[in-house]
Amino acid sequence: MAHTMVSVQALRKHYTVHKRPPGLRAALASLFRRVPTVVKAVDGISFEIARGERVGFLGPNGAGKTTTLKVLAGLLHPSSGEVRVDGHVPQRREDAFLKKITLVMGQKQQLLWDLPPSETFALNRAIYEVPEPEFRRTMAELTELLELGDLVNKPTRTLSLGERMKCELAASLIHRPQVLFLDEPTIGLDVSMQAVIRDFIKAYNERTGATLILTSHYMDDVAALCPRVVVIDRGLLSYDGALDELVRRIRPEKRLVLRLDGPVDRAALEAVGRVVYTDAAGVVLQVAQDAVNSAVSRALATLPVHDLIVENAPLEEVMSELFAQSRAARGEVEDAA
Amino acid sequence: MSLRSTVRALPTLFRVGFAEMVAYRAEMLVWVLATTMPLIMLALWSEVAHDAPVGRFNQADFVAYFLATFIVRQLTGAWVAWQLSFEVRTGTLAMRLLRPVHPMVSYAVENLAAIPLRMVLALPVAVLALVLTGASRLPRDPLLWVIFLLSLLGGWLITFLANAGIGTLALWTGSSVKLMDVWLALYMVFSGYLIPVELFPPLIRGTIEVLPFRYQIGFPVELLTRGLDRGAALRLLLGQWIWVGLFTLGVRAIWRRGLQRFAAYGG
Repeated sequence: MAHTMVSVQALRKHYTVHKRPPGLRAALASLFRRVPTVVKAVDGISFEIARGERVGFLGPNGAGKTTTLKVLAGLLHPSSGEVRVDGHVPQRREDAFLKKITLVMGQKQQLLWDLPPSETFALNRAIYEVPEPEFRRTMAELTELLELGDLVNKPTRTLSLGERMKCELAASLIHRPQVLFLDEPTIGLDVSMQAVIRDFIKAYNERTGATLILTSHYMDDVAALCPRVVVIDRGLLSYDGALDELVRRIRPEKRLVLRLDGPVDRAALEAVGRVVYTDAAGVVLQVAQDAVNSAVSRALATLPVHDLIVENAPLEEVMSELFAQSRAARGEVEDAA
Repeated sequence: MSLRSTVRALPTLFRVGFAEMVAYRAEMLVWVLATTMPLIMLALWSEVAHDAPVGRFNQADFVAYFLATFIVRQLTGAWVAWQLSFEVRTGTLAMRLLRPVHPMVSYAVENLAAIPLRMVLALPVAVLALVLTGASRLPRDPLLWVIFLLSLLGGWLITFLANAGIGTLALWTGSSVKLMDVWLALYMVFSGYLIPVELFPPLIRGTIEVLPFRYQIGFPVELLTRGLDRGAALRLLLGQWIWVGLFTLGVRAIWRRGLQRFAAYGG
């Protein structure tokens, strides 16, 4: 493996929270007696990430992805275990460490709300001690890549969500960090803006060789950016490896997406493959990987095919299958819902 | 961030902090107006002293004392307890922790950046005080003026550090705004903000003299209006800076321990 940028060994992060049921009685009772509950946000995960890698953290809500990211960024102190980012212990928050990293959170902002983003950029230039010529060069580059234009001179509060996120990214990259922690950077953005942000992040990684760790609920983000995924579920590591391999392992079957010129009997469809979905616009069939060629031939021969696409099962489906398998392996009873 | 790097970044931090203050100018004005309690106390105590002095205070003494109180209050204000408590509760403290500048430095600069605007209000009041009460109460010894400037800095530091310490307690309690309200109530009574410390009965005065509140505002005001001699001024300055040292150590300790509890909620 190349130079290890991130090393996580047996990381645990447990919180104590006080739970109480709703209602006035419970509110009054909680004044005198609180019931502490230990939440195992992360419960003993280990992995390593090489310099320049792009890795996606996947998992359902509350799985421990963001907690892991915050530990890596030095915001949270681990309950136990060992974490290193380029040799630094993150929670010590040494200047040399903080100057190497950035954390972009889709739901939090560093831009000064009532001032134009250019003021945040100037502030970051001073704090990160970026020399003026380098700052001008970086800003020119970021302005071009992110198409910032005149946005940087408008008060942040007047910008749209997408415009703000572009400026957030620019503010986070002024010091040219070597490690990017991205926590749902495209949340709430429209499809075209998501694509702009994704393309920019990928270009930054390719141009600078920065290491990139991403969490996102948009599988398109992960599929476009991360050849490797680390899947965390209920604080435990469910999978660590190539995204393609995960798809092959969990859902080895392929999907034939057909657009038909006219109505067809269900029996004719089932002769090609298992019907996953059908409506007026088209049909989705599932076939074994080694039967794709014969299924395509049969479809073309027996069905009024207007258009045909062969693809993997959607990543969302792969993930929910993986979580179900992991929980079954741990002997957990699945919620019927 | 090293001290040298921090000092190099300070002009930009101040400039941006000031720009933020200007952006909030309407709120700032309302806030300044909310600190006009000394002017109300001035009217009240002047009326009390109408027929006979109260202690050593005649009407002109009260005018001088409370106008000086108003000015010192403008120059020693801090509100980091509310900022910290809010940022801990919402998790936005995370954004400060990610930057290579100590969050306390950035809070301090943001609070100090308000002073130029507050000066705009304080200066006319200072001129008014001179016109109304004359310059006879002001110290003539240059050393006392140096001590006054140091006492202003010490007063601001105690106010800032008390705020910072109480704000940091939010890392344990979730919110520490109510605790700050308690501190403020004690400050109002015991700092000389509403009642000159000299007017308290001797027993209470003795207690006040070992508490930090007087050093936040009463001490600098007394330096301007009471005619303290060098010895008394230096003794009080020493007392004030002992409190600055104690608060610094205390805040440092609870900040370090508290950060281990930071949950970085949200996001």
